Amino acid sequence: MSILEYNGAAIIAMKGRDCVAIASDRRFGIQAQTVSTNFQKIFEMGPRLYIGLPGLATDVQTVHQRLQFRLNLYELRENRRIKPKTFLSMVSNLLYERRFGPYFVEPVIAGLDPKTFEPFIASMDLIGCPMVTDDFVVSGTCSEQMYGMCESVWEPNMDPQELFESISQALLNAVDRDAVSGWGGIVHIIEKDQVTTTELKGRMD
Amino acid sequence: MASTLLAETPRGGFSFENCCRNQFFEQKGIKAPTAYKTGTTIVGLVYKDGVVLGADTRATEDTVVADKNCSKIHYISDNIYCCGAGTAADTEMTTQMISSQLELHRLNTGRTPRVCTANRLLKQMLFRYQGHISAALVLGGVDSTGPHLYSVYPHGSTDKLPYVTMGSGSLAAMAVFERGFKPNMEKEEAKKLVRDAIAAGIFNDLGSGSNVDVCVITKDKVDYIRPFDEANLKGQRQGSYRYKKGTTAVLKTEVKKIPFEVVKKTVRAEPMETV
Repeated sequence: MSILEYNGAAIIAMKGRDCVAIASDRRFGIQAQTVSTNFQKIFEMGPRLYIGLPGLATDVQTVHQRLQFRLNLYELRENRRIKPKTFLSMVSNLLYERRFGPYFVEPVIAGLDPKTFEPFIASMDLIGCPMVTDDFVVSGTCSEQMYGMCESVWEPNMDPQELFESISQALLNAVDRDAVSGWGGIVHIIEKDQVTTTELKGRMD
Repeated sequence: MASTLLAETPRGGFSFENCCRNQFFEQKGIKAPTAYKTGTTIVGLVYKDGVVLGADTRATEDTVVADKNCSKIHYISDNIYCCGAGTAADTEMTTQMISSQLELHRLNTGRTPRVCTANRLLKQMLFRYQGHISAALVLGGVDSTGPHLYSVYPHGSTDKLPYVTMGSGSLAAMAVFERGFKPNMEKEEAKKLVRDAIAAGIFNDLGSGSNVDVCVITKDKVDYIRPFDEANLKGQRQGSYRYKKGTTAVLKTEVKKIPFEVVKKTVRAEPMETV
């Protein structure tokens, strides 16, 4: 059994027209036992910058806290909000520092540039290799199912409502084919002037 | 706790704090996930006026293609570029590290950096980690002594050659090179040979795929052509599989407005008009 399957997770991020969306499942389990159905895996790092952390739950929380620390220092020093691309480097650095004893998380970043509001999505492997794409990124235990769903439903230049439908259906249908993820979903649609957070009704098994 | 705060201040270098815990997991039989590997076909050759580097663009995570269009030709300095194969994070970070060391060296010496310097820095670092940093590199560039091409192996050995191939597709690419290489080729001939070698890797090796990236380095300029050849185009989508609006069942929605940061506010008094 892989260490990433110990707790189970599923995260997708998609790019739309002047918006990005990031979605995750809500299960927290210890192997076969489901412990909680409202576990937070997507964290807000800035008003228009979100990071999704699938993987071992203890590392999800540790990486989030360590990252928040570094980000706070950055924002105090620079006196401005961090750009998504710079944040990507920050996460990559944190993970690569532990190259020979890694954190078991494979982060997904979604956000808009604080000045130009250009959409940005990226993902990383557990030792911090960045991957920036123009369409979608997936991470988690059912990544193969999510790749399949995303390749089918993603189209370029979708508006926020269309993007919401696509990412929600991609997530819900992918986690239905995975035993250790699911139990609901949460989606954040990030636009220039607002963030819409929606809780999805999914199969609770 | 103050001690944990102090531990966070960046000291540089690797941190081994999780090793004990991770070893415990392995003993219990819980396997660690695999990192992105760059499967890869990377090549380099020296031609009449300089160096041509080539690479494919696929990054894999076991057998799943993680990145269909990743960039494997990394910048080291204005006149030196490096292709990387092996563990993707290692090639990325190693080339960035050497690039920054070389920039400091350049500022120190006041001269354009030499390819042999980059080679020496790379091999010394990789040997220090005894092959645990899995980065196999093709380093090429043009400096004041002419065009140079090196291949660097993960354990720290290097070879200085007129043409090299590395990665899982290196055998396919080397076959093409052995057939077609001549010393002092023209630029177009060299680019075509590199493209053919990478294509051989893309079509015959499962770890390589997608497009061909080419980087031509000469004394005066660098031509980074990405993609040089789109060998594999995505098929035309036959239908739209999007869901209609309102399909997804929603439990709760919350809209959070993001207040714009006020930079400047001017209040101007307008005197009232008196008739």
